[in-house]
Amino acid sequence: MLPEEAPARAHHDMGGVSRFACEPVDKSHREMTAFDRRVDALRQVLGATGLFSTDEMRRGIEGLPPDVYDRSSYYQRWLFSMVTVMLEKGVITEAELRSELAA
Amino acid sequence: MSRFDAGDRVRVRDAWPEAEGPAHIRTPHYLRGREGIVLRPLGRFRNPEDLAFARPAPHIPLYHVRFPQDAIWPENQPGDEFLVEIFEHWLEAA
Amino acid sequence: MKLTEMPTDRLLEGFQALLLRKGVVTGAALEQSDATMQAASPARGAAVVARAWTDAEFRARLLADGTAAVEEMGIFLTGAPPLGVVENDDAVHHLIVCTLCSCYPRALLGYPPHWYKSAAFRARAVRDPRGLLQQEWGTELPAGTRLRVVDSTADYRWMVLPRRPAATEGWDAGRLAALVRGTDLIGVTIPAA
Repeated sequence: MLPEEAPARAHHDMGGVSRFACEPVDKSHREMTAFDRRVDALRQVLGATGLFSTDEMRRGIEGLPPDVYDRSSYYQRWLFSMVTVMLEKGVITEAELRSELAA
Repeated sequence: MSRFDAGDRVRVRDAWPEAEGPAHIRTPHYLRGREGIVLRPLGRFRNPEDLAFARPAPHIPLYHVRFPQDAIWPENQPGDEFLVEIFEHWLEAA
Repeated sequence: MKLTEMPTDRLLEGFQALLLRKGVVTGAALEQSDATMQAASPARGAAVVARAWTDAEFRARLLADGTAAVEEMGIFLTGAPPLGVVENDDAVHHLIVCTLCSCYPRALLGYPPHWYKSAAFRARAVRDPRGLLQQEWGTELPAGTRLRVVDSTADYRWMVLPRRPAATEGWDAGRLAALVRGTDLIGVTIPAA
């Protein structure tokens, strides 16, 4: 059986996926934006505090709907995962985030 | 402590937990049910399937396992291999 | 609240402000983390490779325990997953990919390049990897060399120790390091003198 006939591949599990077999690799250099660097630093610091493990981060990304996964940049996915997991664990509440966003 | 040693033949479980609900799995889909050979044990690490959900996570032996590429994708060159970290609970003796 | 439909700049700003206000993170820790990442780069990996090419005992220690060996060179990977190093030789060439996400030895080499994180690279590196190397990087393996694709799935971060290029006898580590690019350390290219 070829892997593409497998019963339940998850969207992020991309090894060998036919859809990308003929897609060129974009090798252009992309400079990290200020947004990217801030998201990256937040993730590292939350990880170091023990509030956000690598696997929680990965799981938050894997939990994104496939269309959101595909249309989001790499660091946008990280941000969605971080916020989702911090809300889920009660490190922040939805009410607090809502009021911060309204400020 | 570890069930397998370098040179042991192993098979990756043909299991699909992601089909049954929220799951976080570090065993790529293309290796499920495939046979390989342990290159070496890599130590013990906390189970990512539990860490992902902030559950207590036991330490589990991790192995570097070699797989022939052409058994999975027949057009890949014979002799070429994949080398992948696989947790012990995903492996059975082959 | 539908997070994924919010403008992400705004979401980041609010999220960060909230974490700072609650004391979950501090500005100093964020700056420290950013500074640590700015210090990491492929040049550091190149220096490690050049040392391994010129010091057989260091090479053995690097292959046995990458983290401990680079720390001897004053490169501290504190808090990072263990660094594993795979060596290319006459018989085997290694190519690193992470098909599930983007695991990369970032504590040593810095942020992963854009292409490494792309769906195309992740998908193609295991299915027709020789075609990928040839079509995208013009990399052809010497006849008789097996290709071993390392799918970085779990708790290590893998780096390639390339073969020392021919015609570099007597070169010092600094001159050798200048030959080594980031792409050589992932195995999509092969350094040459």
